[in-house]
Amino acid sequence: MQAYDVIRSNHFSKALPWLTIVVLIPAISLPMWGESSWMREVVEIACYFLFAMMWNLLAGYGGMVSIGQQAFFGFGGYTMLIVGNEMGVNPFLAIPLAAIVTTLIAWPVSLLAFRLQGGYFAIGSWVIAEVFRLSFANLHWVGGGSGTSLTALRDIEKATRESTTYWIALACIVIAIAGIYLFLRSKRGLALLAIRDNENAAASQGIDVQRLKLAVYLIAAGGTGLAGALYFVSNLRISPDAAFSVNWTAFAIFMVVIGGLGRIEGPIIGALLFWFLNKFFSDYGTWYLIGLGLIAILVTLFFRDGLWGAIHRRYGLSLFPTHRFLKPRN
Amino acid sequence: MTEIILQGLLLGGLYALFALGQSLMFGVMRLTNTAQGDFIILGGFFAISTVAATGLSPGLGLLVLIPLAFLAGYALQRFVLNYTLGRDPLPSLVVTFGLSIIIQNFLLEVYSADPKSLEAGSIALASFSVSDITVGILPLLTFGIALLATMLLQALFSYTSLGRSFRAVSDDREAAQLMGLKPAIVYAQATGIAFMLIALAGGLQAMRTTIAPADGPLLLLFAFEAVIIGGMGSFWGTLVGALLLGLTQQIGFRLDPGWGIWFGHLMFLVVLVIRPQGLFPKTRG
Repeated sequence: MQAYDVIRSNHFSKALPWLTIVVLIPAISLPMWGESSWMREVVEIACYFLFAMMWNLLAGYGGMVSIGQQAFFGFGGYTMLIVGNEMGVNPFLAIPLAAIVTTLIAWPVSLLAFRLQGGYFAIGSWVIAEVFRLSFANLHWVGGGSGTSLTALRDIEKATRESTTYWIALACIVIAIAGIYLFLRSKRGLALLAIRDNENAAASQGIDVQRLKLAVYLIAAGGTGLAGALYFVSNLRISPDAAFSVNWTAFAIFMVVIGGLGRIEGPIIGALLFWFLNKFFSDYGTWYLIGLGLIAILVTLFFRDGLWGAIHRRYGLSLFPTHRFLKPRN
Repeated sequence: MTEIILQGLLLGGLYALFALGQSLMFGVMRLTNTAQGDFIILGGFFAISTVAATGLSPGLGLLVLIPLAFLAGYALQRFVLNYTLGRDPLPSLVVTFGLSIIIQNFLLEVYSADPKSLEAGSIALASFSVSDITVGILPLLTFGIALLATMLLQALFSYTSLGRSFRAVSDDREAAQLMGLKPAIVYAQATGIAFMLIALAGGLQAMRTTIAPADGPLLLLFAFEAVIIGGMGSFWGTLVGALLLGLTQQIGFRLDPGWGIWFGHLMFLVVLVIRPQGLFPKTRG
C-alpha cells in the first residue's frame, strides 16, 4: 500500500520565523528611534488591518459576508471609552476589556443576524449596525450625536501614551495573525475550511456547522471590537458617525478582496496597499474613492482570488500555509 | 392618531417603490443589490438634470427617463452583474457595494454635497382636507403609483410570458435553460424593469423632499426591510412591509424625532425574530 506524507509547509514558509524576527526587532524598537507621527500611522493602519483580518475570517473562512462589522468596531470603541472615563479603569486595560464585552454582545446579535443568509445577512448586519449607531447617538451621557472625548488619558504624558498605544497595536497585530494562523492549522480550523468549501458535505462528516460558525462570528466581533477600542485610544475622540461608519467595512472589503480572500496573507497585502494608496492618493478625495470602488469591482470580476491568490497560483508560495498536501512516500 | 396613521401609510407607499425593484431582483436571480438606494438617488438627480435641461414638466421628464433606466439596468445586468451570480454571494455583494461607492462619489463630484430637489410646481404643495385631516396630493399620488406598480408587477409575474420566464429561471435555472430560455437575457430583462421602478422612485423622492449624494444607503436599508418584512418573492408582501415600516417610523417620529428611524429598524428586527420568513413568503432563499 502506498504511504503518504502530509506536507504543510513550503520553502517560502520556512523563512517565516526569520522574517518575523527581521520585521519585529525594528518594529518593537521604533519608539526609541522613530518619530511619533510614524507611530500614529502604524496604529491607524493596525486598526484597519485588524478590522480587515477579522472580516476575512468571517467572510473568507466562515462564508458570512457582512456589511455590518462597524457595529462591533464602534461598540468596542464606546465600551473602552465608557470603562475608561466613567469607571476609572486605565484605558489601556480597557482595550482588552472592550474586546471581551464586544464578544459577549455579539452573541445576542448573532441570534438576529443568523436568521438571514447570503446577501440578506450582509444587509441585515448593516441594519443592526445602524441600530447601534442610532442608539449611541441618542445616549446623551456619551455626548449624543456629536460624540465625546477620552478624558481618562489626560494625566498620562504624551510620549508614554503614544509609545504604549503603539506597542499594544503591535501586540494586537502579532496576536491576531498568530492566533488565526494557529486556529486554521488546528482541527477546528480544518473543519472551518471544510465548511467554507461545502457546508453540507462538512455537516455530513460530523462537523457542527452552526456552532463553528457562531464561534467564528464571536471571534470576528471580538477582534473588530479590539480594533475599535485601539483606534479610539489613539484618536482620543469618538462620535457615532465615525465609530459606526460603513466605510470601515468598505475599506476592509477593499483590502481583503484586493489582497486575496480566504488567505492570511490577503489582508496583510491589502492593508499595505491601502496604506500606500491612502498616503499618496487620498488628496484626490472623490476620485480616489471612485478608484477604490472600481478596483474592487475589476478584481472581483477578473482576478477573483486577489493579489496573493495570483502569486500563490503562479509560484505555489504561501507565507502562512494552512493547506495540507499529500506526497507519496518513496 | 388618524393623521399619523395616514401619513405613515403614505410614506410607506414611497418605500414600496424603493423596495419593489429589490424584491424583483432577489425574486428572479437571488441578487442582493447593495447599490439599490444609490441608484434611486442617481435616478432622482438625473430627473432633476433632465427637467432642468429640457424644460419638461417633472412628470414628463420622468417618462423620458424611465425607458432609459430600463436600458441602463438591462446593460448593467447583461454585462456586469450576470458575471457575479452563483452560489457564493460575495462577488455580487462586492460589485454592487463598489458601484454604491462609485455612484455616491460621482454624485458628490457632479452635484456637490448640497441637497437638491425636483421642483414639482403647484402639485408639490397642493392638498385637501377631510374634516380636520390634511392630505397632500403628491403623497397620495405616490401612494396610488405604488399600488399600481405592485398590481402591474404581480400581474406581469402571474399572467404574461415574460413573467412565466421570470418564475421559470427563479425556480430552476437549468431546467429553464433546457426549455430554451436564456437566463442571461431573462435576468437582464428583470433588472431593466427593476431600474424603471428605481428611476420612478428616485424622481418621486426628489419631488417629495430634497436628495443628497449620501442618502442612498438609508434608502437601501428601508427597501431591504420592506422586502424582508413582507416575505421574499411576494410583491404584495413587499407593499405591506413598506406600509408597516412607514407607519412604524411615523409613530416613532411623533414620539421623538431622534428615534423614528430607530423604531423602524427595531420593528424589522422584531419581525425577524418572530417571523423570519416574512409575512407572505413565496420564494425560498
